[in-house]
Amino acid sequence: MLNHLDRVFQALADATRRDLVERLTAGPSSVTALAKPLEMSLPAVMQHLRVLEEAGLIRSEKVGRVRTCQIEPAALRQAEDWLGRQRTSWEHRLDRLGDLLAEEEPKPKRRK
Amino acid sequence: MTEHSLTHGTFTLERSYPVPPKRVFAAWADAASKARWFAGPGVEHELDFRVDGTETVRGRHDGGPLLTFRAHYHDIVPDERIVYSGTLLADGRLSTVSVTSVEFTANGDGTELLLTEHGTYLDNQEQPGMREAGTSAWLDALTAELQKG
Repeated sequence: MLNHLDRVFQALADATRRDLVERLTAGPSSVTALAKPLEMSLPAVMQHLRVLEEAGLIRSEKVGRVRTCQIEPAALRQAEDWLGRQRTSWEHRLDRLGDLLAEEEPKPKRRK
Repeated sequence: MTEHSLTHGTFTLERSYPVPPKRVFAAWADAASKARWFAGPGVEHELDFRVDGTETVRGRHDGGPLLTFRAHYHDIVPDERIVYSGTLLADGRLSTVSVTSVEFTANGDGTELLLTEHGTYLDNQEQPGMREAGTSAWLDALTAELQKG
């Protein structure tokens, strides 16, 4: 399990791969479309996608000549859960204080 | 084998709340309010909020150690600041000694809260597991609190 999380964080420790993940959270995309805005060769992009796929963050399938990638939400959620658990007890308490104050508030929340 | 070690740490946390300092301060000063967000249900909580007054929080989560937090209030400026020292014991054994200051600053209709805590951690007792147990207990309490509303 820890091993898997290692791979997830390793995969996310790269700006290009984070950019790919960010774009894939909007919806599935072909490899060609993913590569288009990036200033690197198609094989380099495919290498990044392979790392993401091996970490379980995305999956891909080839239909005809087009390979389409899509996000695998479970791995991302695991990373999020892990980060969430590292919030200190104080942070959680202050969040709860905020919830309590919001609950007591008779007026609707003001927007900043 | 008993290993003796001391670790020192200081951290600050800043939060903004969309209500005036008077309201935020009241959530620290009023025993019933404080119990709801600080201690949670099923956790023993006593608060005597005055200079030289004390606070006790005692509880256990999922068969973890019995955690006892005792605070001693040293300085209270209504709606502005609170300074207290505290000890945390796990199954009766001293784990942490800390000094905490909480400052409330008005910002428009809201409040900026600044919490600074200096801690001395004894013999590496502050285990992540303990912290996690505490955390999930607070989250359970929050859920219960929200469901009530």
